[in-house]
Amino acid sequence: MFPYVPHTEQEIREMLKAIGVDSIEDLYKDVPMTVRELNLPNGLDEFSVVKKIKSIAQENVVVEKEKVFMGAGIYVHYVPYVVKVMASRPEFVTAYTPYQAEVSQGTLQALFEYQTMICELTGMEVANSSMYDGASALAEAVLMAHRINNRKKVLMSEAVHPEYVQTCKTYAQGFGLNFVSVPVDESGATDMEALSKLANEDSCAVVVQQPNFFGVVEDLKRVREIAKDTIFIVVAEPISLSLLEPPGSFGADIVVGDGQPLGITPNFGGPTVGFFATLEKHVRKMPGRIIGQTKDVEGRTGYVMILQTREQHIRREKATSNICTNHALMALVNAIYMSLMGPEGLREVARRSYANAHYFAEKLKEKGFKLRFKGPFFNEFVFFVDENYPHRWKKLFEEGFLAPLPLEWFDRRYKGLALACATEVNTKESIDQMVLALERGAR
Amino acid sequence: MKKFAKTHEWVEVEGNLAVVGISNHAQEKLGDVVYVDLPQVGKIVKKGEAFMSVESVKAASDIYAPVSGKIVEVNEKLSNQPELINKDAEGEGWLVKIEMSDPAELSNLLDEESYRRFCEEES
Repeated sequence: MFPYVPHTEQEIREMLKAIGVDSIEDLYKDVPMTVRELNLPNGLDEFSVVKKIKSIAQENVVVEKEKVFMGAGIYVHYVPYVVKVMASRPEFVTAYTPYQAEVSQGTLQALFEYQTMICELTGMEVANSSMYDGASALAEAVLMAHRINNRKKVLMSEAVHPEYVQTCKTYAQGFGLNFVSVPVDESGATDMEALSKLANEDSCAVVVQQPNFFGVVEDLKRVREIAKDTIFIVVAEPISLSLLEPPGSFGADIVVGDGQPLGITPNFGGPTVGFFATLEKHVRKMPGRIIGQTKDVEGRTGYVMILQTREQHIRREKATSNICTNHALMALVNAIYMSLMGPEGLREVARRSYANAHYFAEKLKEKGFKLRFKGPFFNEFVFFVDENYPHRWKKLFEEGFLAPLPLEWFDRRYKGLALACATEVNTKESIDQMVLALERGAR
Repeated sequence: MKKFAKTHEWVEVEGNLAVVGISNHAQEKLGDVVYVDLPQVGKIVKKGEAFMSVESVKAASDIYAPVSGKIVEVNEKLSNQPELINKDAEGEGWLVKIEMSDPAELSNLLDEESYRRFCEEES
């Protein structure tokens, strides 16, 4: 089979001779053996490759959207077809990083609009043009808090997504930050009494998630009252923000989250995009890229990257973060989705998600399942299951369900609990079927 | 009487305090100043170390301490009016006041005439 390398044997010999090497193996002898000896099979022709990949792809199990009842950070929502069409335009897909404003007005304007929408959604004053994902956005927020007040104690609610917490700890290595866990009370929300005891003038930041990892809605007003002189960081789920009072109205300093629910399909858990919003007074401590609106010499509106002195290509050792890029295409998907849905559309998605999740919870209770927490929830909730549930989860998967998540996968302390989720894509029928399937296995 | 550092800061002594700013020559080189990253009052600085920065439209420049000591006052006006540095770098646009720990360090600085010659040579 011809391997599509344009050089002839003779040309390869001539080139090797010119640089004084005997063979291709010699040319690569500085590359470690572990990398060179990959034991890859021989190449195939195109026709055979397509055939092989097709047969592998046929092993994929595609779960119908309405039978997905897992959330925990990644959510199935309806994505209008036009989102993909718009975001696939080559002007966006192949856009180079927009350093040259004069040739990147389209990209820059789209990102500027994205920032504006994130500000409206979170109730904050400024937003950057996105981070990698929700977890890295939170980690960057914690580091930013440390830059603002130079303190080291980070109060982290136990109801923050465990993987987000792990990411924060990884990022914080080398900064000497000390993470203190704030427990959860019986309602499933962050324990305010415990927070009062822990919060003092040494506290760098307090982090809560809204709605939290267990789906419960937190009392942000109370957190702000307790943590007066501390950087208040909220990890928010963006769809819920059109129903709940935004963190900005409770005096949050930084609001971050994952933009996946805003028009991005689950994609096996990534790529997603992180949003990051803060107050004007903190803007110079904010990581990432910011797009600003300005006027040219003739008074016409134009868009440019601004405040770039915070970024590493200006003064590396003084950069606020080693991220001076953004997830431009994913942020664009968010912007297209939000502009298509509009405030009313987003509210409807939120309302339907809320209604479906509450219907699901009621049905489970009718069948004798018990909810773990009493607090108000948005579109996720925790309920009790038996020890055998993680095993049964696999059976339910074979029946075509992505059933509620066995929480012990995240933490052994949560043995015997499952985290259920519903969004606007679930139907009354699919919820009823899920409840019946859960009940069958529980007997 | 002002004295100058080769890194383009000026010092004017008031008792045991040193008022510090950047020279008129430096602000011309910087262009429009848009932000001044003022240090904390109480910060201890060592002669020659970068202790704050001034941002212009194009770049951020470190400011080096011309003398050692403790920062006892910063020019708060610069928070809202960074352009004072362009308007009056060697007067209203002062940056900080340093309580000197070693006034003898002043003798290593240039007088106005030598500084002017130094700038000419530099360019």
